[in-house]
Amino acid sequence: MKEIILLKDGEIALKGLNRYSFEDTMIKNAKRRLSSLGRFRFYKAQSTIYIEPMEENIDMEEAVERLKKVFGIAAICRACVAEKDWEQICSLAPVYLKDILEDASTFKVTAKRSDKKFPLNSPKICAELGALLLEKFPHLQVDVKNPEVIVTVEIRDYAAYIHGGQIPGPGGMPVGSSGRAMLLLSGGIDSPVAGYMMAKRGLELSAVHFVSPPYTSDRAKLKVIQLAHLMTPYCGNINLYVVNLTRIQERMRDGCPEDLFTVLLRRVMMEIAEHIAQEEGCSALITGESLAQVASQTVYAIACTDAAARRPVFRPLIGMDKEEIIRIARSIGTFETSILPYEDCCTVFTPKHPKTKPALQMVLDAEGLLPDRKELIQEALSSAETVKVTLSGAAGYIE
Amino acid sequence: MKPELYFDNAATTSTAAEAAEAILEMLTCCYGNPSSLHYKGLEAQMRMDKARRQVGGLLGCRPERITFTSGATEANNLVLFGAAAARKRQGNRIVTTAFEHSSVLEPCRQLEKEGFEVVYIRPDPSGRIQAQDVVEAVDGKTILVSCMMVNNELGTILPIEEIVRGIRRKKKDVFIHSDGVQALGKLPIRLSRLEVDAVSVSAHKIHGPKGIGALYLREGSRILPRTFGGEQEKRLRPGTENSAYIVGFGVACELMEQNGGAYMERIRQCHLRLRELLQGREGIVVHSPEDGLPTVLSLSVLGVRSETMLHYLEQEGICVSSGSACSKGAKSHVLAALGMPEPEIDSALRISFSHYNTLDQVEALARAIEEGQASLQIQNGRGRRR
Repeated sequence: MKEIILLKDGEIALKGLNRYSFEDTMIKNAKRRLSSLGRFRFYKAQSTIYIEPMEENIDMEEAVERLKKVFGIAAICRACVAEKDWEQICSLAPVYLKDILEDASTFKVTAKRSDKKFPLNSPKICAELGALLLEKFPHLQVDVKNPEVIVTVEIRDYAAYIHGGQIPGPGGMPVGSSGRAMLLLSGGIDSPVAGYMMAKRGLELSAVHFVSPPYTSDRAKLKVIQLAHLMTPYCGNINLYVVNLTRIQERMRDGCPEDLFTVLLRRVMMEIAEHIAQEEGCSALITGESLAQVASQTVYAIACTDAAARRPVFRPLIGMDKEEIIRIARSIGTFETSILPYEDCCTVFTPKHPKTKPALQMVLDAEGLLPDRKELIQEALSSAETVKVTLSGAAGYIE
Repeated sequence: MKPELYFDNAATTSTAAEAAEAILEMLTCCYGNPSSLHYKGLEAQMRMDKARRQVGGLLGCRPERITFTSGATEANNLVLFGAAAARKRQGNRIVTTAFEHSSVLEPCRQLEKEGFEVVYIRPDPSGRIQAQDVVEAVDGKTILVSCMMVNNELGTILPIEEIVRGIRRKKKDVFIHSDGVQALGKLPIRLSRLEVDAVSVSAHKIHGPKGIGALYLREGSRILPRTFGGEQEKRLRPGTENSAYIVGFGVACELMEQNGGAYMERIRQCHLRLRELLQGREGIVVHSPEDGLPTVLSLSVLGVRSETMLHYLEQEGICVSSGSACSKGAKSHVLAALGMPEPEIDSALRISFSHYNTLDQVEALARAIEEGQASLQIQNGRGRRR
């Protein structure tokens, strides 16, 4: 029995003349995700993308699992291919759908006949196939309003396709179709979720992570590399820059007002991210900030942080509660790694009473107390380590 | 010296050189305690993480779902007692099969003493378990089902997918465990898709070291720990990890993942050749089903006690088993569960292959069995006449 996967694009279909470049990006991403499973042929017709396995024994279930993480796909159908021949359709349908029909108690049949030359019209297809399935699976009942299984027959250009209904894809826009942005990745719960959400809107990601040895450990760094790796099924490859802030932090501890540490540090991070974003060709920055979650995420603190960036800063979690963020972190599989208890550089020299309402001028004055701030930032940048995180791992860390 | 002809691979296998090298390196260089905060600890931790990915890869699940144990016996004990304890308020019935490995059967007997009711599903005379029989035994009070993937003495492949689907359709929240020791690397397993809660596996059946195994636990499937005293393995299996053997296990899994197809082809050829040479011969009864896993061929040489034949073959450098190695020569409960006549049980041999076996070795084995049959039966005959 020959199987195929049909992809339906959602929002992309609404695009005008650019539509094809969106589709091509999506196909490129899907191809990359499936390549390790075997050879597939991809083609487009009638606003559907066809993915045809070109080898025996390809793990189709795994292919579907992977496609569920490719943004831009609105729905996925795993279907059985039949000739446009009514007898063949009737003989294949009960065999192909056996497992899901045995597990279900109600069903209905729908038909889409885009090839009008096919002798039976849609209502007739539904009626006849429905009757046949009822006969073969006597425990089933027809429920047209709310069936557990929607048996679908699509009569299209090249062939007929039989499937047990489509499953929702991840939606969004294909990664890369919106350009590239720089994610500030901390190792907490929020930032991987923020990166995931912006990738869903079509951004390719680069990332920056800050360390302060010996106040932070190699395990904390490894954890962040693991988080980036967990994001790759959704976001694609990520260039992760690891930047050492120890010297800057120690200088701030020695020379700046304690209650401003957090916001001063955030501004340093923003500036460093800006520099790397420039080199990486990123058009925006992304943070996992959620309004009022901590002292550095009050509206006043965010205003001060924002002023250190020239590029737009996307904060997709800004209006979300922690519980909502955790739910997404769990669903994308980053939560368990995020909660591993290692010190990160944001918690080094945390002031006892950070200012929750810093004013920008006050912060700029405090920065003035570090006359060599620019050089310190340059020094941190020049010692940055680049880790290329791909679907298959990260050299030296995840092999 | 007689050449070594090793046909007892269901008992244990030789450790692959690659695994042994990795173990040596762990013992001598990466000896840090994976929980230590310094770089020696991290180094060991990272290698263990890699091994977890390799084991997860072969099982088709995410690495976080793997808990390392000292072997499948510990994994079976941990999961059976741990799952029964976690669910004892929901019911008290446990369903298993009569030909499980003793590391499942004996915990079940202990659970009976603790007040659980255990139902043992018997295989039919051909050594098969009908999925329907297991599913029918599951009732409203059933909390736990344990059913192996492949029988260790016969090679029978159990219809685990059908059993799981049937049980889930009937009662969603039963904890389903499967002993996957003989199936690991030999059957295509994708645990992320099989709706089982737990699977036990062992390294030394796939050319990894002895003394290391793992328990797969599905996301959200909860069991209670049996030992206490540390944070390791998410508190389910406290104690400093056997990092060297864990790494060896990982390497063995990786080798299986890469070469399993070729290994199984060699094993299949050996199995078929031996069947061809012995099946249908007078006085020889083959027990393993034709559609079983080719790793095992169980047969009886009527009139010659298993142990006698075993020691006869040993003189030729040949190693086979008289049943499950764990029972050290005791009468096979597996064959008894089939309702097999005593004379066949008394004379049963288990021949189990690995990809290191060759067709020449198989032919030598068949010759030796025939010779043994001829000479030992005569002796037996004389014995009777006297």
